[in-house]
Amino acid sequence: MHKRTLKWVVLAAAIAAPLAAQAHKMWLLPSATNVAGADPWVTVDAAISNDLFHPDHHPASLEQLVITAPDGQTAKPQNAAAGKYRSVFDLQLTRQGTYKLALVNQGLFASYELDGQKKRWRGKADELATAIPKRAKNVQVTASSSRVETFVSNGKPNDAALMPVGQGLELVPVSRVTDLVAGEPATFQLLLDGEPAAGLKVSAIAGATRYRNAQDELTAQTGRDGKFQLAWPHPGMYWINASTEDDNSGVGQASRRRLSYTATLEVLPE
Amino acid sequence: MHRLLYSIFALLLAAPLAAAELNLTVQIPEQKAAEYHRPYAAIWIERADRSVAAQLAAWYAQKDSKEGAGSKWLPDLRQWWRRGGRELALPVDGVSGATRPAGQYRLTFAGGQAPLSTLAAGQYTLVVEAAREVGGREVVRVPFEWPGTAAQHLTAQGSSELGAVSLDINP
Repeated sequence: MHKRTLKWVVLAAAIAAPLAAQAHKMWLLPSATNVAGADPWVTVDAAISNDLFHPDHHPASLEQLVITAPDGQTAKPQNAAAGKYRSVFDLQLTRQGTYKLALVNQGLFASYELDGQKKRWRGKADELATAIPKRAKNVQVTASSSRVETFVSNGKPNDAALMPVGQGLELVPVSRVTDLVAGEPATFQLLLDGEPAAGLKVSAIAGATRYRNAQDELTAQTGRDGKFQLAWPHPGMYWINASTEDDNSGVGQASRRRLSYTATLEVLPE
Repeated sequence: MHRLLYSIFALLLAAPLAAAELNLTVQIPEQKAAEYHRPYAAIWIERADRSVAAQLAAWYAQKDSKEGAGSKWLPDLRQWWRRGGRELALPVDGVSGATRPAGQYRLTFAGGQAPLSTLAAGQYTLVVEAAREVGGREVVRVPFEWPGTAAQHLTAQGSSELGAVSLDINP
């Protein structure tokens, strides 16, 4: 009896929990955010983990990796590989300026009942029609849109790669995103489908969570203009995240859309 | 009364910036390290808003290699890189130079000549930054007035990667 009650409580909590409460964190971790020289490279880890930034759970898929070069064109990763707990790739920075590295995911999540059994499905919008049997009952479809990003500058930074696409939740740096320094407040703007995303909670957690007893989360709230400020208490790699939900899924069968934005930002000592 | 006379005298003298001179000494201390590399160092003059008013020196490995040798590690001079080092097309005549072994180095700059010829009268900070491969990094700052009305002798002391820094300005 007790066990059964607990099960329902857990299930109810899982349904009620917003995206922000997810336990696992997805991230990209670059070996450097400022590089120079005749032939600069960075190597990047991509993983889904509990500890930041220790791969301890699952590699992140690189299928949705989009690298935007300082001229706004797409750049290709090299030496991509998926390990047990992390994926990895290298990037040769052939141009001067700022690169944006992003895992861009857009898809649908469905739950339904078939012959009295609960089923789940994940996929793309054009697969939905054939993926779920016609006789399925209680079909619930949710759209999801997420970006997981990081940034690297070769020499003098520039903004061409930072132009928003206008789809989903995106970050527009106001402060130079590869020039963050402990003690200096940094300003950013969040956009939702290209418009300022007001009233969203943004959280920032410094890496090396394994070596302390609390998450020590910093939080900020976006203003009407979508802007928010974070003051970094100490240097390090920070994982920043914001999420929201709306009903602009763009897919007829999906009434709701879940959106999230994540970035890994490096904060250097003064 | 004395003071007033002095001020008038100083005002008369202050006019020609061209005659002013800036002398600085920077000490690179000896390090007890099993693996020692000479530090990269940068010396520049900063405005109140922390923008660069003049680049005075950048010492980094000059040996050529496929990776661009010394230039690959220039971002390790973090403040210098961020404040303006990365804007330079290196090497820059009179600024770039090889890394220096431990010792005391004296640099002299004349008011009328580059890089000080464009430095307007006002308050500035001399910044010296050093970063050593597999070692530490340190920044020493010395605020000063250019060219000022009287001779200035200013000093600051580093504690790890830099030793004594002194700045002498003769208006």
